[in-house]
Parts: sequence; C-alpha cells; structure tokens
Amino acid sequence: MKKLSARRRHPLAAVVVLLLALAATGGLYTAFAPASKAKADDSAQSLTIEEGKKLYAVGCASCHGTGGQGTTDGPSLVGVGAAAVDFQVGTGRMPAQQPGAQIPRKKVIYSQAEIDQLAAYIASLGAGPVVPTKNQYSPEGADIAKGGELFRTNCAQCHNFTGKGGALTHGKFAPDLDGVQPKHIYEAMQTGPQNMPSFPDTTMSEKNKKDIIAYLNAVNSDKTDNPGGLELGGLGPVSEGLFAWIFGLGALIAVAVWVAARTAKAKKS
Amino acid sequence: MSTTASNESRSRGKAPAGEKIADWADGRLGIYSLAKANMRKIFPDHWSFMLGEVCLYSFLIIILTGVYLTLFFHPSMNEVVYHGSYVPLQGQLMSEAFNSTLHISFEVRGGLLIRQIHHWAALIFLAGMFVHMMRVFFTGAFRKPREVNWLFGFLLFVLGMFTGFTGYSLPDDLLSGTGVRFMEGAILSVPIIGTYISYFLFGGEFPGHDFVARFYSIHILLLPGIMLGLVVGHLILVFYHKHTQFAGPGKTNNNVVGMPLLPVYMAKAGGFFFLVFGAIAVIAAIAQINPIWAIGPYRPDQVSTGAQPDWYMGMAEGLIRAMPGWEINFWGHTLVLGVFIPLVLFGVVLAAIALYPFIESWVTGDKREHHILDRPRNVPTRTAFGAAWIAWYFVLLIGGGNDLWATHFHLSINAITWFVRVAFFVVPVITFVVTKRICLGLQRRDKEKVLHGRESGIIKRLPHGEFIEVHEPLSQEQLYTLTAHQQYEPVEIGPTVDENGVERKVSGTAKLRAKLSKAYYGEDNQIPKPTVEEYKEITSGHGHH
Repeated sequence: MKKLSARRRHPLAAVVVLLLALAATGGLYTAFAPASKAKADDSAQSLTIEEGKKLYAVGCASCHGTGGQGTTDGPSLVGVGAAAVDFQVGTGRMPAQQPGAQIPRKKVIYSQAEIDQLAAYIASLGAGPVVPTKNQYSPEGADIAKGGELFRTNCAQCHNFTGKGGALTHGKFAPDLDGVQPKHIYEAMQTGPQNMPSFPDTTMSEKNKKDIIAYLNAVNSDKTDNPGGLELGGLGPVSEGLFAWIFGLGALIAVAVWVAARTAKAKKS
Repeated sequence: MSTTASNESRSRGKAPAGEKIADWADGRLGIYSLAKANMRKIFPDHWSFMLGEVCLYSFLIIILTGVYLTLFFHPSMNEVVYHGSYVPLQGQLMSEAFNSTLHISFEVRGGLLIRQIHHWAALIFLAGMFVHMMRVFFTGAFRKPREVNWLFGFLLFVLGMFTGFTGYSLPDDLLSGTGVRFMEGAILSVPIIGTYISYFLFGGEFPGHDFVARFYSIHILLLPGIMLGLVVGHLILVFYHKHTQFAGPGKTNNNVVGMPLLPVYMAKAGGFFFLVFGAIAVIAAIAQINPIWAIGPYRPDQVSTGAQPDWYMGMAEGLIRAMPGWEINFWGHTLVLGVFIPLVLFGVVLAAIALYPFIESWVTGDKREHHILDRPRNVPTRTAFGAAWIAWYFVLLIGGGNDLWATHFHLSINAITWFVRVAFFVVPVITFVVTKRICLGLQRRDKEKVLHGRESGIIKRLPHGEFIEVHEPLSQEQLYTLTAHQQYEPVEIGPTVDENGVERKVSGTAKLRAKLSKAYYGEDNQIPKPTVEEYKEITSGHGHH
C-alpha cells in the first residue's frame, strides 16, 4: 500500500490507470459480447470475405484502418453495407486518389468480382444496405412522370432539373448523373454517399426509386432527344446567354461588318 | 424633235401605274413633301452604326413571333392534368399556362421553332442594345443634342429587361417560377411598402392565381406598347438630329457625309433585316433554349440548383449572390439588407447610366452641339469609366453564375463569392487606371505619328555611318483625322481670394466640378495634340533627320 501511495503522483501514473481501464473494458467486452456471425461461418461466403479482406488490406486499409474502424483520413466502414462498397468502388470513387472536398468519379480499377468480395467483407463488419437486384433498380415499367416529380422535389436542388449536377459549398458538388448505371443511382439513394443524404426505403420506397431512375433515363442519358436542337449543356440561362452573345450577336456583328464593307458607289450623273 | 414629240404624247397619255398610285396616296395622305424631305436623307456608313439596326430588327422579329405565340398560349393558372405527347410529364398536374406552352412546343406546327426564335431574339435584342449603348457611350454620341435620345434608348434597355423577365415568367415552369419568387423576395425586402406591393402584384400570397395573367398583359400589351412608342421616338430623333459621323476630311460638325436613304440605305437596311432574321432563325433551329419540358411545372415547394435568370438580369443575380445576408431586427420588424441593398444598387446603377450625359456636360461645361464622334482614346477618363463599368458588370455576371464557375472550373463556390466581393470594388479601379493609361499611350502614339510620320521599316545608312529608320510622313487626310478632335481646358474655380485679400466664397459643388473637370481634362489626363507650329518646325527640315 505504501508503494502504491508513493508512486501515486508519478508522471506516468495517469497513463497506467488509463491502460488498465482500457484493458478492463476491452476484456469485459470480449467476455460478454455476442460472437459475430462471420466467425462461425466457413461456407463459400466466408471465402469471399477472406478474399475481400485481403483486397481491403491492400487498397483500403491505409485510410479506413486495418479493421474498417476508420482513421483521421477515412470514415469507419462498419455498418455501411455492401451497397455502399458497390457504389463507391464500382464508380471508381474508391480507392480515392487524394483527400479533398469530395472524391470524384474516375476509372474503375477493380473487377466486379473483386468489388463483390470487398463488399462481402465490409458487410461482414456490420449490417447495412445490401446490393440491389436487377429487379429492384431496372427502370422497366416505372412511372417516368412520377419519377420526375420526385426528382424535382428531392434531388433537383443539388443535381439540377435533369440531373446535370450543381455546386455545393466549399468545393463540394453534386455530380452530373448522365451515364451513371441504374444500379449505382439506386445504391446512392440507398446509402447517401459522401455529401448526399440517404433515402432508405422508409423514406423513399423501392418503387419510387425505380421511378426516379426511369426519369433520369428519359431526360439525361444517351436516349434523351432534344427536340429543340443543341442542348448547350442543359445548364439553363447561363450557357444560353453565353451562346446568344458569342454566336448570336457575334454572327450579327460579323454580318453588319460585311454589309457595311459593301458600300454602294454613287452613280456619276 | 422626236423627243419633244414623245414627251408631248406621254403628257397627254395615261400616267404609269406607279405614278398613279403615288398621286392617289399623296392626294389623301400628303406624303409627297414628307418623302421629298426625308427620302434623300444622308446617313454615314460604319459597321458600328448598324448595331441599332440589329436591335430594331430583332425587336420586330420578337413582335412577329410573339403574335404567333399569343394565338396558342393560355395565360391561366388553372390546374390541369397533362395528357400531351411528352411522356415524362404525362399525368402531372400543371397550370394551363405551362400546359399550353408544352402544346406550342410539341403539337403546334412550327410552334417550337417560333418559340425558340422569340426567345433567342430576345436575348440578342438585349445584347444588341447593350453593345449599341456602349458604342454611343464610347464615341460620345450622347452629347448635345442627343441626350434625350440617350434617355429613350436607356428606357428601351430597361423596359426590354423587364419585358424579357415577364415573358420568361409566363410559361410558369420551375425555373421561371423560381425567378418570380426571387422578384417577390426583392419586393418584400423594401421597407414598409414591400408587403403591400407584393400583395398588390400577386393578388395575395405568392404565387396566387393571378400573376401569369397579369404578367401576360404587361408582357404583350403594356411594355411592348411603350417600347414601340419609344422606338418610333428614337428613330424620329435620329432623323431629326441626323446621324453622327467619325472625324475625317470633308466631315464637319455641320454636314453629314454618306449615302442617301433611298435607294442605298433602303436596300441595305432591308437586306440587313432579312440577314438578321435569317441568322436568328438559324440559331433557333440548331440550338435549344429554355426547354420547359425538361424543367417541369412550377411548384412553390420545389427548387432546382442552377436557377439563373436570362443574362440581362444576371447583374441583379450577381448582386444578390455576392451580398452577405445581413439583416436588422428591431421591434418585431426585419430589414433584409442582404436583399434590399442589392435592389437599391441595381436602381442606382441604372440611374447613373441614364444621367451620365448630363453629368458629363455639367463637368465639362460644354453646351455646344456635337455631330462628330470622339475616338475613345481622345477622352481617356470617359473611356476608362465605361471600361470600368463593363468590368464591374462582368464581375457581377461571374457572381450570378458562381455555381457554374465552381462546377466547371473545379473551384469552391465560397472562394468565387469572395472573389466577386473583392473584385466588386477592386476590378473597376484597376480597369479604370489601366484603360486610362492605354488611352494616353495611344494619344502619344498619334502625336508621334503626326509629327514624325509612320515608321516605314526602311533602315537607311547615312554617309557618316549613322543608321536611321525612315519615317514616312502621313497624308493630309490622315493628319486631319488624327488632329481633328478638340481638346478642352479644365474648368478653373478662379482665385479663392479677391484683390482685397478677402476670401471669396466658393460653393462645394463648384469645387467638385473643378476637380472632376481636372480629372477629365487636366494636365495628366490628356496629351496635348500637336500644334501647327510644332508640325512645321519638325517638317521644315532644320536639324532633323
């Protein structure tokens, strides 16, 4: 007892107490926490998870931590679900090139099989949204007009009227949705990647998500036809004004110069 | 002999058809003297004098296409369900105005093309007026006797902006509805009367059921009516004042050198009308404008990013976007300075444009008539003012489109807004100083050219070994053109103390005027043009290579 009271004010005493406390809570947790499901699993699923874990250790762990717990460079991935992995890696956003206001879409470097393995591993860390089936996201038979209404109500304030994208604060942005696969749009709504809010099934039903995908397919894809001619980026009055100045007034001034240069010769009488 | 015979036979025979029609018309309308006085009116030739024509013709095109659109447009806010041919909107609730605009776009023969011509022509009309005004400004064509015509043109520009705005709002789509909401916010920010004006304009709470019908009357009746009257007045004054011309040999303040209206300008202007119509029609045929079907019907609970007004309201948008959201709360009332200050600035800027001719003539004390145009370089301070204004306007356009600058140049929208806030004050000053320097430099160059001639690029070696570049003297015409402008002396206040040593009272305005006058015409603000003596001394050959 004397020994203890003599070292009570030692500079490292606080550290020792902290370590003891941590060890105690950790020990109690492992003793009483329910065993995770993955541990007892030795099926094909667990092989996929093993492969995914290896991929994770190489491509993701430097930012998200060795166990997906997250670091100062990347958020925790526990509970984000397979859908989030499929979206982030499947659109090339992850692995990120560099930290920044927002991680942009770029070339996809993993095959779909590898993405599935990664997704299985992340899903094993904690329950989250699963990758949707084709049946869920396929725009066939959906109500395009209803999707348009939903899009204008829920999405247009960041993504523009037809999903051409827009600016958010401090360099963040809502990307152009042209060329994004229906599956990824569905997953984005489900998981709310980066700066986007999530729209789980409780907020927006599966059918509504399909409607929105069908609307985007109709107004912002290769199949969209512009009855008025060149779309000018679909960005509204700014690009129209620029076009009117450069090509409209520009052409008319060129014509004026041309006409003025052709002066009639006064007839000598 | 034979000629006299034929003359007699013609005088006795029937007059040709044209003469008969002319005679018939003259007998009833008395147009002969009017035509005689004006048909041979002389107009000078320069491409920049045709900018006004671009505006006039696009205005006519807007009226013609607008009449066609009124045949199919229903200015009503009654809700209907869409059953037209555009699939992504089928079954949606929308106002009849939006529904009929979709009908014009998809079902009426030529409807979409006419709609696009109407809208493109409107953008070009406003852009044309902007450039036309700049031309008049930089060449000093607004000076006496044309100040009133400047005001007419100014009113046309402002009314054009509001006609455009009301027209853009008519389809009741989500984009224009947001714009109308913006306008409502601006009106509401006016202290005390704002709420009343808003209720009066919208017939109650925004959006109500009236504004489309009301904007329709304003857009197709009230504003274009006033504009048409102003256009006629503008043209009558152009005829009355005669057109200005650039300085040159044979061109004085008392004559106009050019071609007669009939036949030369009738042919040229008539042809130019069709060229303008053709160019606008081609643009409307290849480029889509305001695709309201993609934008969707207006609902006050919806809004989209990238909601901007047409370009001519971009300045107002920029003012609002750059302004910090200040507000003052007192006694349960809110003064929204973040919106009200931009609104006031918008009015102040417009007023400054309108009053500029009067301000300049007050500063210079010049009350004489001017029919010879200035070269911008010869009036450095005015030119610098104009350039600073354009730079400021462009800064605000960047502010108005800050979100698109952010997404397309991968910048932070906050950084752009701060850039606009700083540039709002700094860029005009820099532009002013730089433009003035450039003008003075060009004046020096002109002086050099007059006195020493044009650099010919020929290097000559003199017998004693010196190399010189041969300068070719300018022709008499060029010398005249470069020295025709008149240079003013700055207004002096005079001695502040009279002969008895008593201080003379000088009013503050007189001091301000003297200061401004010095800024226009003081020693450092214009280069004295070469005098005849200087020219003679240098060209006489004494001690000069």
